[in-house]
This record gives sequence, structure tokens and C-alpha cells, in this order.
Amino acid sequence: MTGSPHNLTIFPHRHLLGIEGLTAGEITTILDLADGYVEQNRQPSKKSLLLDGRTIVNLFFENSTRTRTSFELAGKRLGADVINMSSDGSSVKKGETLIDTAMTLNAMHLDALVVRHADSGAVKLLADKVNCSVINAGDGHHEHPTQGLLDALAIRRRLGHLEGLIVAICGDILHSRVARSNIHLLNAMGARVRVVAPPTLIPSQIDRLGVEIHHSMATGLRDADVVMMLRLQTERMSGQYIPSTREYFYFYGLDYEKLSVAKPHAVVMHPGPMNRGVEIDSEVADDLKRSMILDQVELGVAVRMAVLDLLTRERRCANA
Amino acid sequence: MPNANTRVAYRNARLLDPASGLDQTGTLLTEGAKIADFGPSLFNDGVPEGIEVVDLGGQCLAPGLVDMRVLIGEPGEEEKDTIKSASRAAVAGGITAMALLPNTDPVTDEVASLEFIARRAREVRLVKVFAYAAATRGTEGNEITEMGLLSRAGAVAFTDGTKTIASAKAMRRALSYAKTFDKLIVQHPEEPSLASGGMMNSGERATRLGLVGIPREAEIIMIERDLRLLELSGGRLHFAHISTGESVDLIRNAKRRGLKVTCDTAPHYFALTETDVGDYRTFAKVSPPLRGEMDRRAIVEGLADGTIDAIASDHNPQDQDQKRLPFAQAAFGVIGLETLFPLTLELVHKGAMPLLEALACVTVKPAEILGLPLGRIAGGAPADLVAFDLDVPWKVDVDTFKSKSKNSPFEDRPVQGRPLRTIVDGRTVWQFEG
Repeated sequence: MTGSPHNLTIFPHRHLLGIEGLTAGEITTILDLADGYVEQNRQPSKKSLLLDGRTIVNLFFENSTRTRTSFELAGKRLGADVINMSSDGSSVKKGETLIDTAMTLNAMHLDALVVRHADSGAVKLLADKVNCSVINAGDGHHEHPTQGLLDALAIRRRLGHLEGLIVAICGDILHSRVARSNIHLLNAMGARVRVVAPPTLIPSQIDRLGVEIHHSMATGLRDADVVMMLRLQTERMSGQYIPSTREYFYFYGLDYEKLSVAKPHAVVMHPGPMNRGVEIDSEVADDLKRSMILDQVELGVAVRMAVLDLLTRERRCANA
Repeated sequence: MPNANTRVAYRNARLLDPASGLDQTGTLLTEGAKIADFGPSLFNDGVPEGIEVVDLGGQCLAPGLVDMRVLIGEPGEEEKDTIKSASRAAVAGGITAMALLPNTDPVTDEVASLEFIARRAREVRLVKVFAYAAATRGTEGNEITEMGLLSRAGAVAFTDGTKTIASAKAMRRALSYAKTFDKLIVQHPEEPSLASGGMMNSGERATRLGLVGIPREAEIIMIERDLRLLELSGGRLHFAHISTGESVDLIRNAKRRGLKVTCDTAPHYFALTETDVGDYRTFAKVSPPLRGEMDRRAIVEGLADGTIDAIASDHNPQDQDQKRLPFAQAAFGVIGLETLFPLTLELVHKGAMPLLEALACVTVKPAEILGLPLGRIAGGAPADLVAFDLDVPWKVDVDTFKSKSKNSPFEDRPVQGRPLRTIVDGRTVWQFEG
């Protein structure tokens, strides 16, 4: 990887706020570029100077360790200065509005801003007001596009392609931004998507997003190539959606028996952090032949490097 | 009050009275605060000395609008709208009477609160201001208010305003007790346990946006329940801002069964749909939420067949601090005083309703529901009138609006028809300055 911005494809979006609206070609561009960064990250010296002198702020209004660390690593490996701001330390807790925050950030001349927020649409609200590229690192129940991209990259690297695959997304679909990003992405790439959950955790009219709805793991996982487990987001639940985690695990927790109806080569994914014994059995989670959970973490950094690279290209070309 | 003898002749006016079906060009004479005479041949031989003449040049003259659902911030949140700013907005919108919801701080649940509103309205002296009193103390949904004393002090009807009277027991008591004073109960029909935490209509759009949905059934269930209670207790019940096709069906059937039920809707429920939420436009966040296209059409049909009696602005001012927020945190509500009239006329221009029927929904019908002797052109009736241009095209420009808050989802909408002059008790209180 060199720092030269010449002769590079310019990505036709300023921000990455969601997967919805991206074309298959654009998604492939990101994944192809990320493949290259996977190789870079496996070298003894992992750092390039592509974003030397650039400033990236990770603005996290919601606690996150793995996503924030992944973005931080991605920025640093590209040579950028990365600053972490969390809601505990920032003035957000002191009553500053998102709009005020945006104005403050503009005065800092950022090149990219990575935002996570508990409210759907909050990242878009910020993106409308700041003058740098914005990457959505998860907004409410809406989208988490880099998670969708890294999941796709993991599947593509393991199974060779996305088109035609049967992917079962299981668990708390209602509260999951990961599910929404994955549904949009997998549909765009020609996979067949199923959602598997009790009806209380299925959002209204989700079939119109182009998915099959299943309420039983036995039918939902049948012949699946990929089984994506979602974390039960108890912290987002207002009121009772399931009677108990014990009952939930009995009917929807992934174990070898439920997995046996999927294709023999079927892989298991989880965006983390896992609730072992709630949505996934430890044996399955730790099975290196089936589980891609650690691959997902590795590829996450590469995907975020690819996104930072693409979104800053136009700016880099202009300054070159 | 103008001098009791002040006489004004509005000549060359297209006189429109939805109550009587009048639609004729002629002259209308006001004397003091009353309509003295009108008709096609009045003063055909010339206007006598001593009468001021206003030539309307063929423009329309109708009863002023009666807006039966207006929320303002006074007392308590004067930065959003005051009785003064809302009155100025109302008359600029052709409204000559408005009824204020009790959801202020403090809540309008005491005689003193009604007296405060009446005093402020007298000081401002533009639009006629009526006030609802809360149906339950503090709009908390438990104990009924002193409906008798509040009625004597001028409460026009009883409602918990933007809050649902959720307890079936409280609703039954309110309906039953209000009968004593022949007063109406107005309900915001939405089952709170289904709607709580919700931000927009349930369905594909909410799912895509990752917003918590409010099912249509929250409204439908509450209307079904309240119709049962009405049958049980008697009394008079009015459903505010209905938004679904089933709501229209239920109320249509209840009216056929002879129940004393009425309802209104707001312009956003026939002029917008949930797709207007777009990419998290908080100006389209309203309660009940904007619904789908099928419901929008059903609301238009309900207006056309008379099931929906009235159109109210549902004016609910929110300042920037309450709207420039992530959708989940933003307040519900839109302003409406200055768009009620053009959006009602949109129904006429689109061929959904004849002019007089559309006018009835914003004049005589809401007046009758509230038991007010307003909204008519009749000899001896109050001279509350609006002169308007039925056809002139213009674009909604919120910056020109008089309301202190600017939360309109109709900004830049092309509309047709605008008020030219608003007359309250014979006195011109506003004129369009082009």
C-alpha cells in the first residue's frame, strides 16, 4: 500500500451511514480493498502512511470496546491520528446537543468521524452538520454498516462467494442494527436471507426488506450455509419480549443439535459480545471448524481500513 | 368592541355559508359586532351614507374558521407560543375562534386557570379564545375534575388533551358525570401501553429506520373501547385527530347506531403519510403518527362522506431545541394555525370535497360540536368572518408565519387559496399584506 492517491477509484459517497442504498459494485469495491488490508495486517510491520497527518475522531455515545478498538487500530494502521471521545468524558453529558457537538468538531478540522449513538438516525443528524466524512459505527436499531461488511468479507473468504448462499440471521432481530445492515448487504449481493426468532423479536413487516421469516430454528436453519447469531440485547428491551433466557436458549440457543439441519459446511457467526448459554452454546462458539467469530474480529480492522481509505480519497486527491 | 353603530358593507363578495348552503355574490352588512344583513340584492341601489364600504372584488367571504384543537405554551412554555403569538398566527390563518388544550404548566384543571386564559385573551383581543378544561385532575387520568364549576367558568369541553384518558373507569365516570352539564368529552384515542416508546407508524418504514413503531391498533382499540363506554354511560364523546381507516369505519357505524359521537382529523393526516418521515425528519413526528397511504385515503373518504365532522389544526408548537434532535428524542407535534385553511382548501382543489362541505368542517361543524353559536353567516350572528382568495397559488413559507415556533412539515408545499382579511366581532383584526 502506498500513500499515492492517484489513479484510484473515487467512492461516490461522502459518508457511510448505512448499507441501504449501496450497490453490489460498491460493496464489492470495499470488500476487495479490505482483502488487501487483511494481508497488510498480517505483516510484521502493519503500518502505512496513507492517512499520515489526517485526523480521525471516534465519537462514541454508547459504550463499546471492540468496535471502538477496531476503528482505532484501523486508523492508526493507516497512519492517521486517532482521538477517542466517549460520552462519559465529553460535554454531551453536560447537556450539549448533537448540533453543538457537530459545530465543535468542525472547528477541529477532522478528516473522518466515526460515530456510535443509541438513537436511530442520530449519526445522520451529525453527518448533515459536519464537514468531514462520517462513518456510522452503529445507530440505535438502524444500521451498523461496517459490521455488515466485515461479516460479508468473512463469508466470502471462507465460502468463496455470497451469491446464492442461504444465510439465517437468528435472535433479537427487533433491536439489531447488525441484522438490518446484513439484510441489506446480503440481499444486494444475491444471497437468500432468513430471519429466525420468536415473533416478539421480529420487527413489523420485515418481510418487505426481502427476507423469509421463521419462528423455529429447525426450519430456519435447514440447508443454511451461514448461521448468524445475534446477541440478545436485554439492555435495549423495554418490557418483556421473552419469558426467560432459559426458555430462550432452549428454543433459540444455537447448539450442535439445532445446527445439524444446516449444510455440513455451514459456518457460525456472531458479532459479539456473546452471551454464552443464552443465544449460543460454548461448544459451538469455540469450534474452530464452524465458528468464524475470531475471523470476524480480525477482518473488522481490515474492513474499517478499507472504508477509511475510500471515504478520504476525494479529500486526499484534492490536496495532492 | 367596535362602536355598536359602526356599520361596514362588504360589497361584491362571494358569500359562502356552509350551514345554509348559501353561495351567491352579494353584499354583507355588519353592524357593531353582529351580521345585520346580507344577500345578492342588498344595497343594489347604492350604500346609504354613514356605512363604510369594503369592496371585495368578487373574493370569497365566509364564516371565520373555528379551530377546535390548539396547544400553546402559555402558561409554562411561553418560548414555544403565547396566547398573543398564537392569536396573531390564528387570525393570519383565517381563524376567528380557537379552543385551547389544557396541557399547559400548570394544567388547566382549575377555575383560576380558565380565568387566566380569558384575561390574557381579552388583553390580546384578536381571535376568540375558548379553553378546554382537563377531564381528570392534572391530566393524570385518575380523578375527574370539578366539571360543574369549570363549566360555569367557561370550559368549552373536557379533555386530557394530548394525553389519553387511559383508565376505562375514569373514562366511564367522565362521560357519565359530564352529562350533568351537557358537556363533551374529547379523547386522544391511543392505547398508551401499545404506543409507549413509539416514534412513528409501525411497519416497513419504521423497521427500515430502526424506529420503534406505534401500531394502528393502538388507536383502533381505544376507539372501540370508548364507544362501548359511551354506550354504557351515555354522554357525548369526540375523538380527536383520527388517523386510520378503521377509526373512520368504527365511528361511521357508531353514528348509524345513534351514538352521540363526533370526530375530527388534522390536515397532516390527509395531506401527509409516513413516507414524509423520510430520513428522520422530526417535523413529521406527530401523535398519532403519520400513517400509510391507504389510511390517508380513508381519512379523505371519511371527510367526504361526513363521518369525520371537523378538521382541526392540532397546532402544537415546538422550538428548535425540541426538534433538532435524534428522532427518538424529538418532541411530537407540528404547528398548524397558518396552514389549516390552505390545506383544507387543497381537498376542494383536488376534487375530494365540494367547497361548502370543506368549509363546514372548519366552521359550523366544530362550532356545533363545542356548542358555540359561531361559524355561520346569519342575521344577528357574530360578525366573525374571513375574506379569502380561493385560487391564488403560493408556497408555504414558515419564516413569514406568526407562530413563535416553526415546526411545520409543510414548508415549501405549493398550496392554493389564502385568507385576505379576518374579521372578529365586526372588527378587521388582520389583513394580508402581499
